[in-house]
Amino acid sequence: MNLTLKIWRQKNASEKGKMVTYDIKEVSPDMSFLEMLDVLNQDLIEKEQEPVAFDHDCREGICGSCSMFVNGRAHGPDSRITVCQLHMRSFKDGDTIHIEPWRATAFPVIKDLIVDRSSFDRIQQAGGFISVNTSGNTIDANAIPIDKHDADKAFDAATCIGCGACVASCKNSSAMLFVAAKVSQYALLPQGKVEATDRVLNMVKQMDAEGFGNCTNTGACEVECPKGISLENIARMNREYLAASFKG
Amino acid sequence: MSILDSKVPEGPLAEKWKNHKSNINLVSPANKRNIDIIVVGTGLAGGSAAATLAELGYNVKAFCFQDSARRAHSIAAQGGINAAKNYQGDGDSTYRLFYDTVKGGDYRSRESNVHRLAEVSTNIIDQCVAQGVPFAREYGGLLDNRSFGGVLVSRTFYAKGQTGQQLLLGAYSAMNRQIGRGKIKMYARHEMLDVVIVDGKARGIIARNLVTGEIERHSAHAVVLGTGGYGNAFYLSTYAMGSNVTAAWKAHKRGAFFANPCFTQIHPTCIPVSGDHQSKLTLMSESLRNDGRIWVPKTMEDAKAIREGKLKPVDLPEDKRDYYLERRYPAFGNLVPRDVASRAAKERCDSGYGVNKTGEAVFLDFAAAIQRYGKEQAHVKGLDENDLTLVTKLGKEVVASKYGNLFQMYEKIVDQNPYETPMMIYPAVHYTMGGLWVDYNLMTTVPGLYAIGEANFSDHGANRLGASALMQGLADGYFVLPYTIGDYLSNDIRTGKIPTDSPEFEASETYVRENLNKLINNKGTKSVDYFHKKLGKIMWNKCGMARNRAHLQEAIEEIKQVREEFWKDVFVPGAENEYNEELAKAGRVADFLELGELFAKDALEREESCGGHFREEHQTENGEALRRPEYQYVSAWEYKGQPSQAIHHKEDLVYENIEVKERSYK
Repeated sequence: MNLTLKIWRQKNASEKGKMVTYDIKEVSPDMSFLEMLDVLNQDLIEKEQEPVAFDHDCREGICGSCSMFVNGRAHGPDSRITVCQLHMRSFKDGDTIHIEPWRATAFPVIKDLIVDRSSFDRIQQAGGFISVNTSGNTIDANAIPIDKHDADKAFDAATCIGCGACVASCKNSSAMLFVAAKVSQYALLPQGKVEATDRVLNMVKQMDAEGFGNCTNTGACEVECPKGISLENIARMNREYLAASFKG
Repeated sequence: MSILDSKVPEGPLAEKWKNHKSNINLVSPANKRNIDIIVVGTGLAGGSAAATLAELGYNVKAFCFQDSARRAHSIAAQGGINAAKNYQGDGDSTYRLFYDTVKGGDYRSRESNVHRLAEVSTNIIDQCVAQGVPFAREYGGLLDNRSFGGVLVSRTFYAKGQTGQQLLLGAYSAMNRQIGRGKIKMYARHEMLDVVIVDGKARGIIARNLVTGEIERHSAHAVVLGTGGYGNAFYLSTYAMGSNVTAAWKAHKRGAFFANPCFTQIHPTCIPVSGDHQSKLTLMSESLRNDGRIWVPKTMEDAKAIREGKLKPVDLPEDKRDYYLERRYPAFGNLVPRDVASRAAKERCDSGYGVNKTGEAVFLDFAAAIQRYGKEQAHVKGLDENDLTLVTKLGKEVVASKYGNLFQMYEKIVDQNPYETPMMIYPAVHYTMGGLWVDYNLMTTVPGLYAIGEANFSDHGANRLGASALMQGLADGYFVLPYTIGDYLSNDIRTGKIPTDSPEFEASETYVRENLNKLINNKGTKSVDYFHKKLGKIMWNKCGMARNRAHLQEAIEEIKQVREEFWKDVFVPGAENEYNEELAKAGRVADFLELGELFAKDALEREESCGGHFREEHQTENGEALRRPEYQYVSAWEYKGQPSQAIHHKEDLVYENIEVKERSYK
């Protein structure tokens, strides 16, 4: 199939960007979306033009590198996948596809479709861990049985890949789903309860300092999350935060 | 006599590690504060090492080329992590894990290292649970296990099909805690482009900031490489797009010997190649072989009909299917080790029984498992076990709970529903057992330069067992390196900061800059990918699942030619001082083009078949790998200017605690 691509091009963080139109021909429906961009880039290189820069690495939906807004949706038209898992069979001949980077104050553009998501790392550094040294001299792994339902819920929260689709989809650019996923994972497990108070207070504080917006419960984050992280986690974090605020 | 000193401690096997830890030199907490360590790579090995070294009190600088430490490719490991916990009471023990790993590696790994790995495996699980890693649990609240290939016990701990992700996020969280405390300084989007050697010791690195293009000097008292494997030399593999050999190769060029480069794992269960546009291959976890049955049609006619779409696989009756692994290896069946399963798939497809358009695919079928689980569920719930619709529905639910994310991944890529029709799979390059040669302390032949995880060669011999990569990465990073490195650093407590304005740093930086200049100013006519694909084809066709003398000799010549052509004709767009992925890629491919030749040379030298290295000249009557006792050594290559001039060193492998015998899974 033949397609028209409208892609955000921006040389670096300080220069202004703009949408640029490209035509691409003979795209196979079996290609992944990023493989289609590979073809475009090879074409640009052959013409001695600069290829489109985008983040990508594992190309199997788990590393969380890829991050683009395709036709107004984070990771494109299909649901529960990252854009590297999107295949061209989701489009048809003659389509025009708009490709943009994540847009959020806390995610400044580095180049073209690449944004800086180090704000996510800093939130994790503020409290996204259990303070246990890696000596290996902990108690036996089976010493504390954990309710399977809690363990499964903790796992579901822990599957967040840190891609930032939640922020990009939110009209307020809120990072609540991302932060809530980590807070929930630990809040659901006995190991994480010990420092639950400090964790939620510190992570939320850092989240606010990074310039992410507030949550107004529109739920766009949950809809666009490639891993299906549930809004339930935000409710849990709010409870944790409230309880911690009284204590703290 | 070999110049390789493996520094394996004296004493009985089971006591070596304990005694060694008690006897090596330590660095006091006050002195650790004056010692800097660079860790390159933030996967399971690098991430866990960085965290533990920082906890111990060292100043750590950690580097990764990704935009965050959390994105290292360990994240993509699916199936699980082994540990000799014996929670299932099925006869597992440290010795059995040790034995399975040595046998699985076809008696080409170092006994003492593997035993240590088995010993610390149990600590890993305790540690990860304490960190909040949400492993799968049973209804009683205790940890669940499953089986992997090449073993007869259930010792694999898992978190659905995302075990690597959960373990890596555990290590990442431990790192974050230390970054928060200021003990780790994190350099994301940085690529290491050289090791700096001062007075014969590794004292720092030259790194390129991938955003600004700046070349930076970083000094330390020791350098640790946890930079993963080099499977992307094959172009198509299950590795991440950015996975590369550059750090290890630069270390090799600075004096670190490269061991067993030809030992590559080709994983049997990957999604087959669909076309020329393909950029990477996707693994389907080995855990699927717990329940999936592998087959091809018994007759060529049926295979042809399926290939042409005239016959649906579900319509082929049982007696017309060849469950070839169950037929050839009744004891282990579908759970034979990876090298054996991959070769068997290739054998069937080469004989004309392949089941997709390209003829390079076999079926992995869950229909039987769905029925088995469905009946079990119906029985448990007191429902009608003979109601086929009900049983199928219940069975699908169980299979979904075990492998849901893998099935979803398959469906997204192939556009077929694996609950309704068997998956199609084919082997793909997945892991490299070879890597930088290290001694028992995980130090390379360059003093102060360490290699951990997949980047070293030590534990998996000629074939790695499933769920052992995660185990090794975390064992090296959490529990081995942080202690053995102290022995070396105890001599550095009075050294003070390593200056970065020495002639050695100057020379290394110049070397890096010249290399980048050459690439960017070459202004040839072909893209980096053009050469990478060309190399990949040679590697896959001539150094892949089956190798022979003639092919390997051709490969050496052809790779040399591609390399020459690359330096003459490569075109890299953009500039040096900006974000430029093509430039980063060009540097990596240049290194693959050197490694590839050494790889073929190593495969040519090893006149035997063992594990993943199958030489057609050396096979049994039944087509099994034929090991030769005179090759019971590690090949370690010393760099001498060109891959063709590399000098071959041998470390003899001695097995005192295990009887070396024919590796049979029948």
